[in-house]
Amino acid sequence: MLSTIYALLFYMATALLVVGVAAKIRKYAVTPAPLKIPTTPAPTTQSGVVLRMAREVIFFESLFKSNKWIWLFGWTFHMALWLVIIRHLRYTIPGNTPWLLDFLQPFGKYAGFAMVLGLLGLWARRFLVDRVRYISNPSDHLILALIVAIGLSGLMMKFVAHTDVVAVKVFMSGLWTFRIGTLPSDLVILVHLALVITLMIIFPISKLLHAPGLFFSPSRNQVDNPREQRHIAPWAAELEK
Amino acid sequence: MADGDTQVPKLAYPTATPCIKPGAMEGLQPFLASPEHNKALGFPGELVPDWKERALAKMEELAGKNRAFQVYLDICVKCGACTDKCHYFLGTADPKNMPVARQDLLRSVYRRYFTFAGKYFPWLVGARDLTEDVLMEWYSYYHQCSECRRCSVFCPYGIDTAEITMAARDILDAVGIGMKYSNEIIGKVHTVGNNLGLNPKALRATLEDLEEDIEDDTGVSVRIPIDEKGADILLVTPSADFFAEPHIDGLIGYAKVFHQTGVSWTLSSYASEAANFGLFIGNYENMRLVSQRIRKAALDLGVKRIIFGECGHAWRVAYSFLNTLAGPWDFLDPNYPVPQHILEFTWNEIQQGNLTLDKTRNDHMTVTFHDSCNVARGSRMGDMPGGQFEIPRNVIKAVCNNFVDMEQDTIHESTLCCGGGGGLLTDDLMDLRIKGAAPRMTALQQSTEQHGVTHMAAICAICKTQFSKVMPKYGYDMDSIVSVHQLVSNAIILDGQKTEDDAAE
Repeated sequence: MLSTIYALLFYMATALLVVGVAAKIRKYAVTPAPLKIPTTPAPTTQSGVVLRMAREVIFFESLFKSNKWIWLFGWTFHMALWLVIIRHLRYTIPGNTPWLLDFLQPFGKYAGFAMVLGLLGLWARRFLVDRVRYISNPSDHLILALIVAIGLSGLMMKFVAHTDVVAVKVFMSGLWTFRIGTLPSDLVILVHLALVITLMIIFPISKLLHAPGLFFSPSRNQVDNPREQRHIAPWAAELEK
Repeated sequence: MADGDTQVPKLAYPTATPCIKPGAMEGLQPFLASPEHNKALGFPGELVPDWKERALAKMEELAGKNRAFQVYLDICVKCGACTDKCHYFLGTADPKNMPVARQDLLRSVYRRYFTFAGKYFPWLVGARDLTEDVLMEWYSYYHQCSECRRCSVFCPYGIDTAEITMAARDILDAVGIGMKYSNEIIGKVHTVGNNLGLNPKALRATLEDLEEDIEDDTGVSVRIPIDEKGADILLVTPSADFFAEPHIDGLIGYAKVFHQTGVSWTLSSYASEAANFGLFIGNYENMRLVSQRIRKAALDLGVKRIIFGECGHAWRVAYSFLNTLAGPWDFLDPNYPVPQHILEFTWNEIQQGNLTLDKTRNDHMTVTFHDSCNVARGSRMGDMPGGQFEIPRNVIKAVCNNFVDMEQDTIHESTLCCGGGGGLLTDDLMDLRIKGAAPRMTALQQSTEQHGVTHMAAICAICKTQFSKVMPKYGYDMDSIVSVHQLVSNAIILDGQKTEDDAAE
């Protein structure tokens, strides 16, 4: 019974996540940028823009320029999150995982700590720095609480109260082929999964949209070539008729 | 001018972060535009009865027409990276002058009406209803932003508060709340052709006086042509260059450079304004109309090239937007970029050795350079990214022996706004202008203490006017701000120029 509820929740959350994010991406993609507004100095070629964006996504270049503490906590959290996600692929993909994932798997264990520490650093700033305290809404705290709780419950299962990870794998990988297995019924895994489902559901309706949104930011993704190439939005071209 | 109640902020260093003082600048408002000024730009004369519906409809329209606005409303994570980057926050400590907080004044309303979370859980995400108080709060704080883009440099997603400010001002105009200074000026451009409302006759007389001044000064007859059909180059320059100090010395500099290099050029009385305040009010249609005057002037005069004089936001509109707003420029000479900056022209001539320059004529100064925000973060000069930093400095170094840069985190892309940009260069905002200038002034004071800097050069009409007003508050003479082409003008030796007068200087 519980396994069925979780399975249905996962299907619903996945549908909301995929449809919601796709709808937002579509909206960003079809909305025209009427003017050339890259923050200069900006690359003058498309490949230069790819590099600029890569530096933003991989190294958080602008954030590094801005504030070393936020960068340290934020970058640590995000990079650790990648390792943790990679670790979790083994629990969710059916069958054996490729050797590269197996090689990276153990790193995810420690990345869990880095992830939580990074989040706690960011959270501390929301209390300690008057400027950041001023701009924080309840939702900003709650999202941090949610991800910290996901991290802590995950670490619990690794280091304190093991769950039957083989059974979890059977359950999760079965979902791909619509076979609903049996989840272990210990509390920690149930809480962990419920929180992850929550995160998936709020993703497309919250500030977590910064992940896809960054790629659509005109100040970062535009080529600096306005004199060479005429740039005009369809609605602006109408004014010329 | 009386000191009023403005307290000149004392900063330990240029980017010293203050503790927040909520409400410090609350209620500050520039004068409202009169109904006829609003109507002249296609806006309602005064606050319309159905302002709420219209404001929300305008917000939705802009979110559909401008990707930046839509994306920036959605993706801010409130990380705080921008909170200590705005010169108005550094100078006033009002937390609503932190870029993210300024954006949130509008984002909170967007959330309430256009997002799931804001519709059903407003308290959770800080969403709020649109009320008349909120409108007036927008009017206040979106006129405490100079659209300088410093925050966008430091935002991990490049969120540009200028885009939000422009949208907010456009929404306000759409419901009949216009700002007097900007809207009155745009109206003058639409009818007369420049911000000052100088008619062609007055303009011609001014230029003739200037020609006489140059001849008195140098013994050489240097022309400042206007409306000359068939000239190769159309010079579009801010109208402040025709009468204000130190702008006018810059104009004399352009004229001398053109004269000495032997090119044929002209000003246009129809397009006698480089500035485009349509940018400031965030209204595409008005910005486009102002730009179209330049296209018409270029066609009517039959020129081959367009060159812009020293003006910051004008160069952003010219470099980044002119091709969009008034192009394509296929009727001009394809061998030159359209448009060009006067500094690109002058630097090119200097490199070719076409100008005789005597640097010692600027020896009485130790000069530093203020990167204007719109040039630094919204445009380029030359072929390489960052040319907008190099070319002005190259020209200054070619005409001055004593040049020093200010502190690293206050120049180039991190440059601090003068405090008067974005349509805020009006006396009713003087308190804000003085406080907003504090970070830049502090950086200048440091370079004076450490390197004996006496003068600051700028390439923006607004910067020049702003600094000549606020520098006295910070212990400098008002003529400590100079035009870059004023320095060129000082150093250039024209063919046949008498030089004995200068020996004593």
